[in-house]
Amino acid sequence: MRPRDLLRPRPEGLYCPPGDFHIDPVRPVERALITHGHSDHARSGHGSVLATQQTLEIMALRYGEDFAGTTQAAALGETLDVNGVSITFHPAGHVLGSAQICVEHGGIRIVASGDYKRQADATCAPFEPIACDVFITEATFGLPVFRHPPDTHEIGQLLKSTQQFPERAHLVGAYALGKAQRVIRLIRDAGYERPIFIHGALAKLCDYYESQGIGLGDLRPATVEGGSKGDFAGAIVVGPPSAFADRWARRFPDPMSCFASGWMRIRQRAKQGGVELPLIISDHGDWDELTRTIEETGAGEVWATHGREEALVRWCELQGIAAQPLHLVGYEDEGD
Amino acid sequence: MQRFAELLDRLVLTPARNGKLRLLADYFRTAEDPDRGLALAAITGDLSIASVKPAMLRAMVAERMDPVLFGYSYDYVGDLAETVSLVWPEPGPEYRPNREPTLGEVVAALQSASRSDGPTVLARLLDSADIAARYAIIKLVTGGLRVGVSARLAKQALADFGAVEVTEIEELWHGLTAPYTELFAWLEGRADKPERTAKAMFSPVMLSTPVGDNDLEKLDPADYAAEWKWDGIRVQAVSEGGVRRLYSRTGDDVSGAFPDLVDAMDFEGALDGELLVGNPAEATGTFSDLQQRLNRKTVSPKIRAQFPAFMRCYDILAQGEENLRPLPFVERRARLEAFVAALDPTRFDLSPLAPFDGWEALEAMRRNPPHPVIEGVMLKRLDSAYVSGRPKGPWFKWKRDPHTVDAVLMYAQRGHGKRSSFYSDYTFGVWTGPEGAEELVPVGKAYFGFTDEELKQIDKYVRDNTIERFGPVRSVRADRRQGLVLEVAFEGLNRSTRHKSGVAMRFPRISRLRWDKPPEEADRIETLKALLDA
Repeated sequence: MRPRDLLRPRPEGLYCPPGDFHIDPVRPVERALITHGHSDHARSGHGSVLATQQTLEIMALRYGEDFAGTTQAAALGETLDVNGVSITFHPAGHVLGSAQICVEHGGIRIVASGDYKRQADATCAPFEPIACDVFITEATFGLPVFRHPPDTHEIGQLLKSTQQFPERAHLVGAYALGKAQRVIRLIRDAGYERPIFIHGALAKLCDYYESQGIGLGDLRPATVEGGSKGDFAGAIVVGPPSAFADRWARRFPDPMSCFASGWMRIRQRAKQGGVELPLIISDHGDWDELTRTIEETGAGEVWATHGREEALVRWCELQGIAAQPLHLVGYEDEGD
Repeated sequence: MQRFAELLDRLVLTPARNGKLRLLADYFRTAEDPDRGLALAAITGDLSIASVKPAMLRAMVAERMDPVLFGYSYDYVGDLAETVSLVWPEPGPEYRPNREPTLGEVVAALQSASRSDGPTVLARLLDSADIAARYAIIKLVTGGLRVGVSARLAKQALADFGAVEVTEIEELWHGLTAPYTELFAWLEGRADKPERTAKAMFSPVMLSTPVGDNDLEKLDPADYAAEWKWDGIRVQAVSEGGVRRLYSRTGDDVSGAFPDLVDAMDFEGALDGELLVGNPAEATGTFSDLQQRLNRKTVSPKIRAQFPAFMRCYDILAQGEENLRPLPFVERRARLEAFVAALDPTRFDLSPLAPFDGWEALEAMRRNPPHPVIEGVMLKRLDSAYVSGRPKGPWFKWKRDPHTVDAVLMYAQRGHGKRSSFYSDYTFGVWTGPEGAEELVPVGKAYFGFTDEELKQIDKYVRDNTIERFGPVRSVRADRRQGLVLEVAFEGLNRSTRHKSGVAMRFPRISRLRWDKPPEEADRIETLKALLDA
């Protein structure tokens, strides 16, 4: 058996012929294995879904309880049999509930990493490198220019700015699932105890994180009921990036636009988006994390997907690792 | 190095002037000597470091990483300094110094490097720095920080930091050199104000206030002299003991751009006047002509011959050792007339007084000035001493009415800070092309002049009439029948090779929203071009 016989790209997503299932399909399929709850990976309308308990719960929060025909929870580290193919979910360190999926059959082991990162994150279980023959890696930040600084440094910049500009509301753009809660948790870990204001789109997910034992402190809705603009002076407001260009943002005094994303590493990207305070915080691995992870899996072959595959493929070639881009469609850039 | 690097990063992304001022003042407060003074010099362009060419930088990276990966990286980022700062391989721990170098150490290392060991020294510095610091180092050696801070703004930040008037800083500036330790000591109240020891130093200029409603009613025309307000740039020519300097009104030394004028400064004293181009006796060039000479470090003989610079003098601040500033205007004027008479008439002339009887007559003169390079009248109290700053009363400016044009809104861009959720920066155009095939050509951009209420209305219009989006910019429906007409006021028009329309407006602002006007009735480019030729 060749690796391509075990997993191959199809328009719907990555397909396993012997197991007859898809991983993170972008269209409704009979049987889906899902790595994590971001909407480009986890869609509604599949016949059955196998994912971690937390991913299933996140999907139910976003799409309603009936998001799939049937669901099955996969415990991390436990091997399941799907039509004769061995499946094991391992933590990916991307967001709460995120997992890599290890697919093993006929003497071949392939790990589909989904999205992952290696920086410590108090809001999810850390990534575990799994030895495999083929490693399918994401390549969102697959260029040597992407080097994420420690997230604590970035949060330090944010807190410093709230002291330097105490009359301005600091609006932190952060993706609603994962990034927002991680940013809030980091702010708390830095010793900030004042209320943090959140956009309505974050409320359900923040409550869910709290229910999973991830304390986010005093969160309040960013509304102006009865109050005045001045109430938000010096405050930290977290919301989806799209909201800040919108009229919604007018309730805040002289807002300072901050954006938590790996893209903020590139100055021009920050400038074009009108971001005044870029926070380089990403839930995807940077160049050094990606290359280190490939080495740690010991994989003889690498398939790179969604992102800047060509540079990662080039790097593998220089290391003597067989590599090819895996052209999957339908996955989005972080936070765009 | 870290703080300086952070400062640069923040400045680049902070659009508001007040935000930049606060970042700078906070930096001066927290950074140490000599770092803060060197940072200041780097920002004002007063720091000299032998430069490294981009090709050299590329060669250094090529020795350290796969060229294909570098190519992908550079293509993606688009800026060489930034790309190199990001991809520069971190040396192993055994090669890393136990701490990052300070800005002072970086500057010292770069300044003492010879041409041949320059790259080695630079590489060692980059090895010892992190990403942000590497970027700052590369910016220092490639020249031009481009952080959107003028020398003027940096001086204002110093003034804020030390709670002094910016004119005090301007006055001292040319006697000081990096790292400005005595300046910082004074601003922190630890030492006396540095003495003005250098020759031919700048004296902060006297500025006028605009004539407001009812201002003139209370004043007696007999107390004032009137002069034409020439449309050039305000300069101060100071010559003392063989040192000759030409300063801008904010105290920047612009001598280098006007060697022809500086050569003719064979006097001892300080003159205040307007820099213009042309031949004073025959023809005074337009501001557009003058622009050929502005913002240049050096100027070719050809341009010098085509647009000779001269100074139209209107005040004298010093003659030899004597300080004339306390004298009343009439006395200074008499001294000025005698002084200028002895100078090269192709380089210096007098700004003539414009006699008038009564405010009404002056109003007529202001509205219809006798020369296209006049932008109004100046009023100077006969008994006024020359004082720095902008006191209200002794000097007034009374400008002619601005030009206006009816243009059509074409693009709108989101603002920053308070305006970050508003489309508040507007690019507008006028019609060009033959009848039946008219199209809009952009002629300018404006982001003020409207009220908050009008801003809301335009913002709504932009959101409702967007046809395309490019990042923070929206392209707005604008054709013969549908579109928003803006009355744009502006002070003048320059020829421009950078703009498709061939013109660039000076000081454009939105003066009225013409909801009532169909876009096809907006002005044509010919209307504007006629102004250029006037």
